[in-house]
Amino acid sequence: MVVTQPGELQEEHEHEHVHLPQHRHHFETEEQQREAASFGMWLFLLTEIMFFGGLFMAYLLYRNWYNPAFVAASHTLSIKLGALNTAILITSGFCMAMAVWAAETRKRKALVNFLGLTNFFGIAFLVVKYFEYAEKWHDSHIPGLKFSIADFGKLGVDMAQKTQVYYSLYFAMTGMHALHMIIGIVLIFWYMVRANRGEFTEGYVAPIENFGLYWHFVDIVWIFLFPLLYLIDLGAK
Amino acid sequence: MSTIVSLPDQSTAALPKRNYLNAEHGLLSWLLTGDHKRIAMLYLISITGFFFLGGAFAGLVRLELLTPAGDLLAADTYNKMFTMHGIVMIFLFLVPSVPATLGNFLIPIMIGARDLAFPKINLLSWYLYLIGGTFTLTALVLGGVDTGWTFTTPLSTHYLNTHVITTGLAIFVAGFSSIFTGLNFIVTIHRMRAPGMTWFRMPLFVWSNYAASILMVLGTPVLAIAIVLVVLERTIGLGVFDPAKGGDPLLFQHLFWFYSHPAVYIMILPGMGVISEVMANFSRKRVFGYTAVAFSSVAIAVFGFFVWAHHMFIMGVSNYSALVFSLLTMLVAVPSAIKIFNWSATLYKGSITFETPMLYAFGFIGLFTIGGLTGVFLGSLGMDIHLTETYFIVAHFHFVMVGGMLMAFLAGIHFWWPKMTGRMYPESLSKLAAVTTFIGFILTFFPQFILGYLGMPRRYHAYPADYQVLNVLSTAGATVLGVGYLLPILYLAWSLKYGEIAGPNPWQATGLEWQLQSPPLTENFTEIPYVDYEAYDFEWLAHKQKQEVTTVG
Amino acid sequence: MSDLHHDPANITNPEHHDHHIVGPSTYLVIYGTLLVLTAITVAAAFVEMGALNPIVAVLIAVIKATVVILWFMHMKYQSKLLKLTIGAGVFTFLVLIAMTLSDYMSRAWGLW
Repeated sequence: MVVTQPGELQEEHEHEHVHLPQHRHHFETEEQQREAASFGMWLFLLTEIMFFGGLFMAYLLYRNWYNPAFVAASHTLSIKLGALNTAILITSGFCMAMAVWAAETRKRKALVNFLGLTNFFGIAFLVVKYFEYAEKWHDSHIPGLKFSIADFGKLGVDMAQKTQVYYSLYFAMTGMHALHMIIGIVLIFWYMVRANRGEFTEGYVAPIENFGLYWHFVDIVWIFLFPLLYLIDLGAK
Repeated sequence: MSTIVSLPDQSTAALPKRNYLNAEHGLLSWLLTGDHKRIAMLYLISITGFFFLGGAFAGLVRLELLTPAGDLLAADTYNKMFTMHGIVMIFLFLVPSVPATLGNFLIPIMIGARDLAFPKINLLSWYLYLIGGTFTLTALVLGGVDTGWTFTTPLSTHYLNTHVITTGLAIFVAGFSSIFTGLNFIVTIHRMRAPGMTWFRMPLFVWSNYAASILMVLGTPVLAIAIVLVVLERTIGLGVFDPAKGGDPLLFQHLFWFYSHPAVYIMILPGMGVISEVMANFSRKRVFGYTAVAFSSVAIAVFGFFVWAHHMFIMGVSNYSALVFSLLTMLVAVPSAIKIFNWSATLYKGSITFETPMLYAFGFIGLFTIGGLTGVFLGSLGMDIHLTETYFIVAHFHFVMVGGMLMAFLAGIHFWWPKMTGRMYPESLSKLAAVTTFIGFILTFFPQFILGYLGMPRRYHAYPADYQVLNVLSTAGATVLGVGYLLPILYLAWSLKYGEIAGPNPWQATGLEWQLQSPPLTENFTEIPYVDYEAYDFEWLAHKQKQEVTTVG
Repeated sequence: MSDLHHDPANITNPEHHDHHIVGPSTYLVIYGTLLVLTAITVAAAFVEMGALNPIVAVLIAVIKATVVILWFMHMKYQSKLLKLTIGAGVFTFLVLIAMTLSDYMSRAWGLW
């Protein structure tokens, strides 16, 4: 082991970089810190893939087992609202991407505005979702709490009962997705306050960048949920 | 008997004036710390607490089984006892045991970093662990839970009125603690290695923790969603696993074991890392086949995801897929055997000494080999039909987890204790504890193999009188085992104040951590080192020590 | 001696990668693409293709997700390590699916 002469390493880096206040002492360079943070975020998204993965596994199984029930139950959802929400979420994702760009190019005002827009569309998504859930409550389509098979008479009692699996998955999947949205929205409010103070437009963009990854991941989940839950066998409708 | 221990002259030696233990004072400086070494100590204290709690449940279970009649505990109380034993020991002790204590303390130092990549997340994961622990204790105080640690549906969702939800949340939260630990390790090992510390210069302890971290990150979330669905089914009646609504209870088991089989590798892999370090050091040789041992850790992690349904052979999975899972299960034996053979080959022509960590490590090798080989019995489809749900399973699992993992944990604690605290424990007492543990362990669990083979089912509080002799042996052994676990607590606590000063490198070991003062500085290294030697290079160490003597002289 | 510490070949951290800023014009194109693909997936659902319907739906969703990952999440410009990370997640998910289905599909041979 060659023991470094005192101060040697530090001096080298001080020539290359101006130290930011966010630079934590245990990282040798800011580059290292930034790459560590982004890698950590991706690993977290990996756990999210597996978290939703369990639900998608359940979906795949039951869709194959109870296809008629899935077709009939999915037709009670509003495709218009689903498509609207998909568009809203994609727009929100676009605003998030723009927010990252604004942080990278050090535009403080633009960053705050784009974060605000991201949040606006995120909340709009949840509002639409609220109306969809309310309709399910009204129609007695919530397994466990308020459920009746009255709407699925032509499936036969046995298969009609299986629509409960569809709705269970519908609420578990969209519910988990909505929970991730709510967490994201709360975080955005906090980031807006900090962005307004100019924290992310002086070269320290990692938090915005990494939050962006999270937000886009939540989009991706919806990109899969939309066709799987709303768009089943519409030709037969 | 020869020894490699070399302590500084006790009349002049003192602990370093500045170290991570005395860098700051007060309870808050511990509760809000970002220092990986302090967090490791917090973990060590908390998991020890839960270990003895889980041990108390085990004691009650063994006491009940002393007599054939169910006379000490009612049937449902007994169910709660073994359930709480399993949950506390697995989720609150075994999973965080080596990674969160020794791993937390050592990984940054071993790779030449000042801390883990995310110190705050590291602290957060300790708090999540505590919250999980608190929820478990709450469930216990409110009346316990009796699903078994597996939460099998529909038992857990429909047929019990115990505190499944509270315990489920506990495991959900504790799971995230484990995810964050794994995430932190992976990022640290990828991004924070000192200059010159290439992948194949890392100590094998780091490799095996890396493999375990991958399992934590990829496996735990699947358990999390399975538990969430169970909780939702109990609370509002969603029907994903409910047969009345069309759900399949076996799907829960698939999701549960998708995590819980890899989870046993999360538990054992870091322990195997400890054994690699101890074997090399007390044989004074580089681990035989370093690369093979390193890759076998990764292989165990990867194979771990392909074998889970061997927990479900008798539960109604298809015969064809049971066949496939049975065959794949045999694959895991290969990397495990590579490790055992390579450790044995490391001993060959080594200068072996028998200090306490080495005694525990020998215990590990013997007991883990028995545990691993009986695993091959259970992985074989035909044998499993006969042996599953008997005490054979209990014995197998405890040979791997207690005989393997706990021995490795104690080996690690005894090996790195001087580094963590700066003081040595009384050597003769610790050797006594190691031997007591081994004897107690064999006495406790070996009879259970026979009991299981004779057909004694697990999870019942009463049994036919024919089985009593072996059960008495087992309970007697558990008492000895208990003594074996209490002893270290006593002398390690004693050593904190009265132990001999250990000096930087009492074992003459080669790892980066041993080139620092004990206990280390808060920032570990005053200067990040440049690593230009392989792991376990004892010649390099001898050369370095010779130079130091010349310089001082 | 001191150039040792620079690690010029970057042996220690070969995953290191330079930062790349993606601009608004790219984002607009991606945004448009995603909206168009959403329209296509809705339209495709109304065409009767039998067993192909869900496959097409998932295929389009995979394309959309890939587009988001590559550009919105900057994966196109990231190091191999991060690409491998995503790959590991997808791989493990596929293991979960494939191994679980190996049970369900062989339980009722021919009925699937």
